[in-house]
Amino acid sequence: MKHLNIAGKEFKSRLFLGTGKFGSPEEMEAAVLASQSELVTVALKRVDLNTQTDTLINYLNHKHINILPNTSGARNAKEAVFAAQLAREALETNWLKLEIHPDPKYLLPDAVETLKATEELAKLGFIILPYIHADPVLCKQLEDAGTAAVMPLGSPIGTNKGLRTQDFLEIIIEQSKVPVVIDAGIGAPSDAAKAMELGADAVLVNTAIASSRNPVEMALAFKLAVEAGRTAFEAQLATTRQHAQASSPLTSFLNF
Amino acid sequence: MFTELFDAFDWEEVKQSILSKTEQDVTEALNKDRRNLEDFKALISPAASPYLEQMALISQELTRKRFGKTIQMYIPLYLSNECQNICTYCAFSLDNKIRRKTLSDAEILQEIAVLKKMGYDHVLLVTGEANLTVGVPYLQNAIRLIKPHFTHVSLEVQPLDTNDYQELIKEGLSTVLVYQETYHKENYKLYHPKGKKSNFNYRLETPDRLGKANIHKIGLGTLIGLEDWRTDCFFTALHLDYLEKTYWQTKYSVSFPRLRPIELAGSDETVLKEYNNYMSDRELVQLICAWRLFNTELEISISTREEEHFRNHLIQLGITSISAGSKTNPGGYIVEPESLEQFEISDERSPAEIASMIRAQGYEPVWKDWDKTFGH
Repeated sequence: MKHLNIAGKEFKSRLFLGTGKFGSPEEMEAAVLASQSELVTVALKRVDLNTQTDTLINYLNHKHINILPNTSGARNAKEAVFAAQLAREALETNWLKLEIHPDPKYLLPDAVETLKATEELAKLGFIILPYIHADPVLCKQLEDAGTAAVMPLGSPIGTNKGLRTQDFLEIIIEQSKVPVVIDAGIGAPSDAAKAMELGADAVLVNTAIASSRNPVEMALAFKLAVEAGRTAFEAQLATTRQHAQASSPLTSFLNF
Repeated sequence: MFTELFDAFDWEEVKQSILSKTEQDVTEALNKDRRNLEDFKALISPAASPYLEQMALISQELTRKRFGKTIQMYIPLYLSNECQNICTYCAFSLDNKIRRKTLSDAEILQEIAVLKKMGYDHVLLVTGEANLTVGVPYLQNAIRLIKPHFTHVSLEVQPLDTNDYQELIKEGLSTVLVYQETYHKENYKLYHPKGKKSNFNYRLETPDRLGKANIHKIGLGTLIGLEDWRTDCFFTALHLDYLEKTYWQTKYSVSFPRLRPIELAGSDETVLKEYNNYMSDRELVQLICAWRLFNTELEISISTREEEHFRNHLIQLGITSISAGSKTNPGGYIVEPESLEQFEISDERSPAEIASMIRAQGYEPVWKDWDKTFGH
């Protein structure tokens, strides 16, 4: 399995994890370790920057784990840029998962504000991974603005509905010059495997692991699925056919 | 404004339509993915009572999917018990001749030091309605004092105008709770005979004014015990549905405080007044589950009005936030523990005890879930 490269940094694992919704920080840590993920996202709003003993961050203190702060809660570019700067200072990383969702109900991303924030943050030297709709045109615009990757959603966040946006994801994967990380909606290891088979560079999973009956086992299942899907992609899947092709009724005359 | 929509409804008709829901209405509502106001009526109706376990299972699953195994922690801070209103169920009522107290700057700082030590980062500021002493300038000053210590500041005070809310949001206010108490317009007057609060429509339009001020979160609710709770909760759901569509950038929470005993002048003991519309524990669980099935994203909070045993079991049923260690009197934490309280609390366990009760159920108590960079 080839290593993933984002903005010059190598990742052995192509599975990224979210850290919300777990029943305890211990459970979160155990799931992250089982997944062997090297990039986990943490909501800035959950981190207590005033105390040195913030529980969430302490449980992620492992050498192979990189923290990807996210701006969940930001409603526009201005708030997101401000939050990004705080996160950079506090967590000592210029990596950022850019999330701008003015709608607190379905947490759907705002394309206009996300593009605006990406332009600004790129100038400020951030390595930006924006959470967006599966919008191929927006992905190209974000590339032009200097994004490090794109993170289109598979289906509405938290729904576990899988790759409802598959047709658009395929266009994005085909056109993209930056890594494509499928973000929201991945509900089962089979969804993750499918995303990897389509050629996605990585997937980010949270709800499907955190809200399962056994998050640690589920994290392991996702790790295996991502590896299987990626390996299949690299081995080049045999194409599927609608009909069996035993003979060639239209062209067999050429053989005579 | 919500008033226009509200005026098209008739209390008695709504009540009858809830009571006439059938088992078939209930099973249809249970089998849907997206439920509407008619489904909500079915789920709060007596016909849904036999389906409580099934409702609880769905509620638990939906809540875990959306909120995970987490419970948000908050605590009220009563700033004043001065009040110019008469409310027949409240100890702060103007006609209850008990000494009044409003916290000074120094006292506010003393109180919040105690709350910080308990571990809190979300504080709910509460007052009565006394516009001369505890008006907008007082609240502005209080938020200015408190905001450096808490990332999430909520407010439960008298209804204000849009521009007042805008001023308070600038100081760092994130959430406002404004309960209609009851949506029964005629009887509302009986419970609120005197003071600014007796203006039903001004209170009813408060969430609209908050939405226009672009507040981060609005809390809705009614007092359980005054009128038929099913009808009141339907109107709350109608209100929520309208607000979500109109002020789509705002978050919403609900709560359903059941009336508690209060201390009256001249009496040594607290008094549980006679209320017409008692609600059983079983019905309250049904209501929580019905809310969750109706609205997956809604925050639902439970205060220390409810009892220990009952609160323990609610953790996994659909609620998302809880208070602990609460005092309902100004200065109650350290400044003046004996001042007049708004009502008597039921669950007296400390925040640490509640947190470990939550952890013992495999849930994580969350103290911080907001950031000073957002929302104003």
